[in-house]
Amino acid sequence: MKEEVKLMKGNEAIAHAAIRYGADGYFGYPITPQSEVLETLEAEMPWETTGMVVLQAESEVASINMVYGGAAAGKAVMTSSSSPGVSLMQEGISYLAASELPALIVNVMRGGPGLGTIQPSQADYFQATKGGGHGDYHLIVLAPSTVQEMADFVGLGFDLAFKYRTPSMILADGVVGQMMEKVVLPPQRPRRTDEELAAQCPWAVTGRPASRKPNIITSLELDSAIMEKNNERFQATYRRIEENEVRYEARHTDDAEYLIVAFGSVARICQKAIDDARAKGIKVGLIRPITLWPFPYKEIAAVAKHTKGVLCVELNAGQMIEDVRLAVGDGVPVRHFGRMGGIVPNPQEVLDALESDFNIK
Amino acid sequence: MNLKYTCAMTREEIIKPENKVYTRPRLLNRNTMHYCPGCSHGVVHKLVAEVLDELGLDDKAVGVAPVGCAVFAYNYLDIDWVEAAHGRAPAVATAISRLRPDRVAFTYQGDGDLAAIGSAETIHACTRGENIVIIMINNGIYGMTGGQMSPCTLEGAKTATTPYGRRTDLNGFPLRVADVVALLDGTCFVTRQAVHTTGAVRKAKAALKKAFKNAIEKKGTSFVEVVSTCNSGWKMSPAKSNKWMEENMFAHYPLGDLKNTVEPEKK
Repeated sequence: MKEEVKLMKGNEAIAHAAIRYGADGYFGYPITPQSEVLETLEAEMPWETTGMVVLQAESEVASINMVYGGAAAGKAVMTSSSSPGVSLMQEGISYLAASELPALIVNVMRGGPGLGTIQPSQADYFQATKGGGHGDYHLIVLAPSTVQEMADFVGLGFDLAFKYRTPSMILADGVVGQMMEKVVLPPQRPRRTDEELAAQCPWAVTGRPASRKPNIITSLELDSAIMEKNNERFQATYRRIEENEVRYEARHTDDAEYLIVAFGSVARICQKAIDDARAKGIKVGLIRPITLWPFPYKEIAAVAKHTKGVLCVELNAGQMIEDVRLAVGDGVPVRHFGRMGGIVPNPQEVLDALESDFNIK
Repeated sequence: MNLKYTCAMTREEIIKPENKVYTRPRLLNRNTMHYCPGCSHGVVHKLVAEVLDELGLDDKAVGVAPVGCAVFAYNYLDIDWVEAAHGRAPAVATAISRLRPDRVAFTYQGDGDLAAIGSAETIHACTRGENIVIIMINNGIYGMTGGQMSPCTLEGAKTATTPYGRRTDLNGFPLRVADVVALLDGTCFVTRQAVHTTGAVRKAKAALKKAFKNAIEKKGTSFVEVVSTCNSGWKMSPAKSNKWMEENMFAHYPLGDLKNTVEPEKK
């Protein structure tokens, strides 16, 4: 398959991008608003073309543990779900992080808590960026705001996961999953051969050839002294990721008197609010964190210190704002504007919030 | 008796390969097992090691270890292993088997891991007919956590969480998992074995060999239950445990094949 330009949903783009990346396996379970990922993969039948395995599991718990098994075998494997399903996966994600296994998890967020709603939300920010499951760990968290980024972040997510031997997550909201846009799909990459896998993942459980000792994938270590060393190794990896992998987009920040920080689809609503504000003579800039972990603390701080106020806009009660406050400190006021339960604000609401929070006449 | 003749044999003459009647399986390493004296795990580990070796699977087998006493199975068999979350071994083995159809994945689980927290993964791996082997050590107790009631604990049996004996009105009935998975279309071979006598050990080994052959030949899911003792959890001597198992466990968990679609019974 060559590069192609198509019109499709964000969820469909995830599926096509996974096939074209040369992913080895997808394991998933239906849940709105992301079921199109599994549906598209089943319709495309990649097992007939690239050899990619696609399996509908009996639950999200089984899905993530299939991902654990596939990742242990060194394969490029993924799953996708939405908020309640991702809650069920947290134990398995913790095991992936603890066993230093690369994998890609997609969360197309819906409103919670509980069964909540099927409408868009960003209320899983804490869960995604602060660990989520038990123990000290982080995921690399990528937040797409376009259908193009849904496609692009599949490859990026896998590449980063294998580079650092740690799971990565695409944290999308229901808007990006459901909306249709033009997307450029990359050309088909071949799946790795078993020889390439053995060279790239010498730790993988592949069946033990006589030439090496058994490979054992486990997160268990009863000796606390060794377990602390393991944790120090995980933390060293996280520090390297923080140093090298921060990604963000900045717009109109050079002359900004006010700064909006927003991620995912909300950043696009804020862009319209910023255009409207500038038409009225209010100089507003935007920083859109692309990696929610590692978070662009320094980059936000550098812009915020020249502004009169920072507004954090989210589809939740105020989660990313905690990281924005950590970045900005006490010198500049930081306010939050959010809608909850699946409501998506319009640009005018964002502009109204900005004007009232900072008394802009 | 010609003692003089016997004593005249040199050491070299005695240890000739044709005189050898027993040896440690090649794939079972020399690590000291953490299992209690009298535990069935050691025997079943040995049988799995022998079967993998005899079928030439040492570079093709991938074991999936459970949470429970056998969590450290990976310390004893020199093959590649994954240690799964509690109950999830059949899901982990499913992915390995699907992604590497040229390999043989098997799970090694206890009755707490498999029949309680892992019941969904067990049922669905068997329903899909995954080409894997599921080995279940059924000693009717959670050994590792200190002897609590499992789904397979017998009625009346005293455990840490049923100190006055399991009551069916409070705790339900002991679960016959092998009977359940035998009903599922994806299983090709379901058997219940034990390892408390030499004869039983031989039968269990033959059953394990059939199961792994089925996985190699992609016949579907093979399920081998081994009714076992937990003398520490049961608070009995190893000898008394074996006797108690014969008298009580076998009555509820009778030994033998429950299903074999690969080699149907000859009339």
